[in-house]
Amino acid sequence: MTYRPEIRFLLNDQEVRLSDVGADDTVLDFLRIDRRLTGSKEGCAEGDCGACTVLVGRLTTRGLVYETVNACIRFLASLDGCHVVTIEHLAGPNGRLHPVQQAMVEHHGSQCGFCTPGFVMSLYALWMQVPHPTAAQVETAIQGNLCRCTGYAPIIRAALAVSEHGTPSSDYLTVERDRIAARLAALKDGQRVLVQKGESQAILPADVDDLSAVLSESPEATIIAGATDVGLWVTKFLRTVSPAVFVGHLDGLKEISETDGSLTFGAGVTYSESQDVLARHFPHLAPYWDRIAGWQVRNMGTVGGNIANGSPIGDTPPVLIALGASITLRKGDARRVVALEDFFIDYGKQDRTAGEFVESISVPLDQPGRHAAYKISKRRDEDISSVAAGFNVTVENGVITAARIAFGGMAATPKRASHAEAALVGRPWSEATLQAAADELGRDFTPLTDMRASAEYRLKVARNLFRRFWHDQTGDQAQLKSA
Amino acid sequence: MKQTVSIRGATHTDLQHDSAVKHVTGRADYTDDIAEPIGTLHAYLGTSTVAHGRIRDIDFDAVKSAPGVVGILTAADIPGVNDVSPTGRHDEPVFATDIVEFWGQPIFAVVAESRDQARRAAALAKVDYEILPHVTDAADAMAQGYPHVTEPLKLERGDVAEGQKAPNRIKGQMRVGGQDHTYLEGHIAFAEPGEDEDVIVHSSTQHPSEAQHMVAHVLGVPSHSVVVNVRRMGGGFGGKESQMNLFCAVAAVAAKKWNRAVKIRPDRDQDMESTGKRHDFVVDYDVAFDEEGRIHAVEGQFAARCGWTSDLSGPVTDRALFHADNAYFYPHVRLTSRPMKTNTVSNTAFRGFGGPQGVIAAERMVEEIAYQLGKDPLEIRKLNFYGGPGRDLTPYHQTVEDNVILRLVEELEEDADYQARRRAVLDHNAKGGLIRKGIALTPVKFGISFTATWYNQAGALVHLYNDGSIMLNHGGTEMGQGLNTKVAQVVADAFQVDIDRIKITKTTTEKVPNTSATAASSGSDLNGMAAQNACDQIKTRLVEWAAAKWNVTEEEVRFLPNEVRVGDDVHGFNDFIKAAYMDRVQLSAAGFYKTPKIHWDRAKGQGRPFYYYAYGASVSEVSVDTLTGEYVIDRVDVLHDVGKSLNPILDKGQVEGAFVQGMGWLTTEELWWDQKGQLKTHAPSTYKIPLASDIPRVFNVKLADWSENRELTIKRSKAVGEPPFMLPISVFEALGMAVASVADYRECPRLDAPATPERVLMAIDRLQGA
Repeated sequence: MTYRPEIRFLLNDQEVRLSDVGADDTVLDFLRIDRRLTGSKEGCAEGDCGACTVLVGRLTTRGLVYETVNACIRFLASLDGCHVVTIEHLAGPNGRLHPVQQAMVEHHGSQCGFCTPGFVMSLYALWMQVPHPTAAQVETAIQGNLCRCTGYAPIIRAALAVSEHGTPSSDYLTVERDRIAARLAALKDGQRVLVQKGESQAILPADVDDLSAVLSESPEATIIAGATDVGLWVTKFLRTVSPAVFVGHLDGLKEISETDGSLTFGAGVTYSESQDVLARHFPHLAPYWDRIAGWQVRNMGTVGGNIANGSPIGDTPPVLIALGASITLRKGDARRVVALEDFFIDYGKQDRTAGEFVESISVPLDQPGRHAAYKISKRRDEDISSVAAGFNVTVENGVITAARIAFGGMAATPKRASHAEAALVGRPWSEATLQAAADELGRDFTPLTDMRASAEYRLKVARNLFRRFWHDQTGDQAQLKSA
Repeated sequence: MKQTVSIRGATHTDLQHDSAVKHVTGRADYTDDIAEPIGTLHAYLGTSTVAHGRIRDIDFDAVKSAPGVVGILTAADIPGVNDVSPTGRHDEPVFATDIVEFWGQPIFAVVAESRDQARRAAALAKVDYEILPHVTDAADAMAQGYPHVTEPLKLERGDVAEGQKAPNRIKGQMRVGGQDHTYLEGHIAFAEPGEDEDVIVHSSTQHPSEAQHMVAHVLGVPSHSVVVNVRRMGGGFGGKESQMNLFCAVAAVAAKKWNRAVKIRPDRDQDMESTGKRHDFVVDYDVAFDEEGRIHAVEGQFAARCGWTSDLSGPVTDRALFHADNAYFYPHVRLTSRPMKTNTVSNTAFRGFGGPQGVIAAERMVEEIAYQLGKDPLEIRKLNFYGGPGRDLTPYHQTVEDNVILRLVEELEEDADYQARRRAVLDHNAKGGLIRKGIALTPVKFGISFTATWYNQAGALVHLYNDGSIMLNHGGTEMGQGLNTKVAQVVADAFQVDIDRIKITKTTTEKVPNTSATAASSGSDLNGMAAQNACDQIKTRLVEWAAAKWNVTEEEVRFLPNEVRVGDDVHGFNDFIKAAYMDRVQLSAAGFYKTPKIHWDRAKGQGRPFYYYAYGASVSEVSVDTLTGEYVIDRVDVLHDVGKSLNPILDKGQVEGAFVQGMGWLTTEELWWDQKGQLKTHAPSTYKIPLASDIPRVFNVKLADWSENRELTIKRSKAVGEPPFMLPISVFEALGMAVASVADYRECPRLDAPATPERVLMAIDRLQGA
């Protein structure tokens, strides 16, 4: 197989070609150390603080799309064909401040200033999409940005005032969009890319079939989609991920289709990309999706990756299991379909053989049930769940005819609450029935105590969610209002 | 008509942070952004992986043969003293030699060509430990007879036994969690070797002079050989007061050993594991009071998780006692501190410096009284506020002379419509729904001055160049609080020139010696006065010179906006300065200031440790989901006293920021150790500071515009860094009220801090079972 031995991308207004790139080189180190673009900061190197936020633009079926990403855990090799915009590129030609920057200065949005470039980039991305945001939209856009000085109030005030200083239509990335898109298109040659630094190798397959071929050649390779988990293997645990096979750029894994009563999306579809379509069919998932990590991570991370990595505390498996989702695994040209709940075998063990990869996820549509998705965490946003739950209960003529209830954070894998489900089916739809089912949870789960929550709290709150579900369905009790 | 001309950037006006434009463009340089000289090496610490143990053997073979490794530093490589204790107690080795006393204690450093190489190599050492028993908790430490890390303090006044004859008495215990600073920029030091014994260290420290002295101590050289520079920090909050000494020392030792520049920057996990935090406390209280709710006697024991060394635990636990009265008069009182040694990282300064833990204990006692008597806690508060003669003496025998708490609280109560809202909250809860509400109004009184009296001094250096531009340097450090901006405003005012004329430069031990930490909220108070003193010296020379030169009286020489009037003649400022230079007037001065009136006799527990007090109050309203323990802060109103503010908008920023940081301390920020004594919350993924969506849904912050410091502070302003940190105790207490509602407020909710959703739900569970 022929391949291109270099990655090509645009960095601000320059074209960059690199061949000496390892699997675990990060974008942030490249910017700060190699290019001395020191405006992007390292605050945590785990995608939680947002001080390293940059924009990455890429050509999609919807045209050239810019998104915020965490440069600290984004791998350099994955930038092939992309446009990276850093804080250094925002001010105008004669040093004139960008509208976001002007608003931040005017509203005293910086104190120590270390988090500020990251906030500016997140607010820039928001402003391009929503020039006149609500406070709630601002909060969602900066979920992935920590500030320890200001208490956020002046940053929110600045975010609400950006459009007083300019319009997105006259912004550089709008004005130059066609030219940039043409430059990015010119970088694409449809070839597999293979770059190497020493022993460390990064491969970007040409397409999904090529991915399949690469994995057949190197079944032990690390598959990297959004790098929101694998990035931490490198930055926090110093693990080696070579050879790394990147899949985030593959259009073939980004397809979303609604056919045969199912919603199917490719394993490369990010949380952000899946949000609208999921919310349309399953409105209960809209607020839940906003609570998965921060915006940068939702722009990078994929639902497929969240499933494939097998974590017991991933946010998407419980709610997808409740919806009866299945996944398609592919190896070579062979495909098999597995119910999502069966994919998780034990802690760190999934039903995936070497060389096999998750190709797509399917969710049955037109479900008549009563649905809910809950996430319990120490902090409301950008936290890992202590307990996550998906409820899907079908009621016919006042009787529960089917129940799929799955929990995360309660066992070594995301898991259905089978005893609780059994206690529901065939019984009247009533608070007492739900309470009785909740009492069965102790037979379904023996949760652990860790730094996120105690076993007692996990079990108690999981039981209480059955009552929460009842009241939310009947609407007889208020919910907490955060907006 | 006469036109009023004023300068840009005078004091008492809103002015943006001097680095704001650099912040938003990414052009503000932090230590890690300084261009590295060719050959720069990188150091990384190798740390203990047990909480307490004896090192039997270390195998460095894999470390030495790792790619890029230049060498290893251990205690044996330290040319001077293996110690960075900030208080001279010599109890804090840079590198462990025989015993390790907490998980994360530095044992060695690897020095390599790149940071990545150093970091990877540091993980390859094989340390063989004999595991020893460990204790991570202050209560366990007391139970197991662990020692104090430093001398405890006792404050006593009146006759406690007599006071305890009051009709009511409640004893209780409260646990108050610690807090990680989570400054966005972590620890870092970057050392460049010079000739002879010289070394220059660029670092992100709040205390460059101490870092200088510590580096000299560790290198075994005089302080004059070491320069420490700080342009700015990416946040400090107390976490970079003493904790940076370690990193400065390691970088300097390596730089001298290999004669190459050396940078050391721990990753976030190591930063959080191996550097100190806010002290956790276990407070045992005993409050006696009458039927009205008036306090007669208070007895309190404040035990703190100090960690393996003393660090600043002495003054921190002292300050907890100094604030265990908050704004309340205790007729009879006995307070004792127990600075417990534990096998955890040595806890350190953090905004409030023990004060918040004292204040929250006082507020817990108020809650106890209110719940017992079935009254609004605010009523109990007002009843017990410091008052006039006979009710104005603190447990440390300082008279409260500047009390404005009642005025603040009553204004806030009115402005925030507290009474009506409290009634609405009670009505809401009476309906018995799943979402319960709580509301609380809590006060803050906070003493200003270092309790180490000698720290209350400062220096500044002002140069007026002969083109009329001004260079300002002072001993304070800029960590985001806007100190440089405020001090420059003082200088602009002094010379009556636009602030743009003033260049604010990095803090360096070469320009102002023997400075105090930028801490204890003292930055503007001390350095503003020192800068003003320098300006006054130069102005005095200029006035004398001009009066003689133009044959007018000294009163006839006046500094007007950007010009100087001499008799009837007006000179542009630049021309005036140029003329002074030509006549050989000295245009540079070193200013100095020391805080008057303060004294403190620790052995007796008596004195006037504080020059003055800053006050504040807040009302918080919250909603709690009684099924999950989750909550939302619906509304917060703050009224805070900063005296006559030097820069109201920056002060407001300090109040808002401190509030949210304090709210994090009391809500979601939880430090959690496992059975082996390893801190498991050591990165933002596991340690949760507030996000934008956590802040109050309505957040009204007001400064008390009528306030003026009765003491002669800089322009009658008051310190602002720490006092507002305690305002969110109202959030904590409002959460408690929502919890207590499930048992009809019959019982004090006795929430421990932080009130995580888990703690809230478990408290609800406990009260529902009661």
